[in-house]
Amino acid sequence: MHGFANPARFLRIARWLMPLCMVAGVALAMGALGWGLFEAPAERLQGETVRIVYLHVPSAWLGMAGWMGIAAASFSELVWRHPLAGIAARACAVPGALFTAVCLVTGSLWGRPAWGTWWVWDGRLTSMLVLLFLYFGWMALSQASEASDGGHNKTPAIFGLVGAVNIPIIHYSVTWWNSLHQPPSITMGKSAMSADFLVPLLLAMLGFTLIFAGVVLARMRAILADQQAEARLRRKALSEAEF
Amino acid sequence: MREAMDPWTFVVASYAIGVGATAAMIAWSLLSMKRAEKRRDEARKR
Repeated sequence: MHGFANPARFLRIARWLMPLCMVAGVALAMGALGWGLFEAPAERLQGETVRIVYLHVPSAWLGMAGWMGIAAASFSELVWRHPLAGIAARACAVPGALFTAVCLVTGSLWGRPAWGTWWVWDGRLTSMLVLLFLYFGWMALSQASEASDGGHNKTPAIFGLVGAVNIPIIHYSVTWWNSLHQPPSITMGKSAMSADFLVPLLLAMLGFTLIFAGVVLARMRAILADQQAEARLRRKALSEAEF
Repeated sequence: MREAMDPWTFVVASYAIGVGATAAMIAWSLLSMKRAEKRRDEARKR
């Protein structure tokens, strides 16, 4: 893991891994969504609206995984001072926030026909909305830190670690409090879903996870290239000022 | 009394928003990467 913290080694790996993740992810996600839309059966109680699950569950998973990525990178930045950790955290923020927003919107679109309402202030929906606000707060803090002292401020990393408290709250909210939201259908090693729904759902989760990984790698390359360009221009300006 | 709702309206809206947002994010990340790497290469040449 420490070996990958070298920017030159990271770039060598990211150059072939990023397009691979993107192409495989798009192919898998499109195939799974097509399967879910046209091949998978309608559900006995929820009817056709159950097809929203193939977008809603992967986006919920990636919204939470994005913050776990920020927390892991923040830990790595604070403890080991990895040069790429802060960049990895910044790269996770936008895709994580986007998938959280997609989860909230598709959940609302599912809730209207299934529950008769667009929104309820229960534990699951509220903690997921809090996650979206945490992303916005983290992005604002990270930008402010970048602008003020070139990203050497540790406040975003501490915020990233503290915000991870919300992840178990999201996961266990349907167990701890009464909710219109159903309890988890997939847990470690077992599933309450039939294979007709489970197989396209797992494929969609894998596909969107690969897309997420591809986007994070592309963002890391972009942030790293921006920093390298800035450093080179600054060095050049300094050497010109000396003569 | 609950009004009758066409479930496909909600399904299609969900897919349009989810797929559209993901496609936009992929395009944005690739374009910003290309732009940043081009800027770095130009800075190296100067």
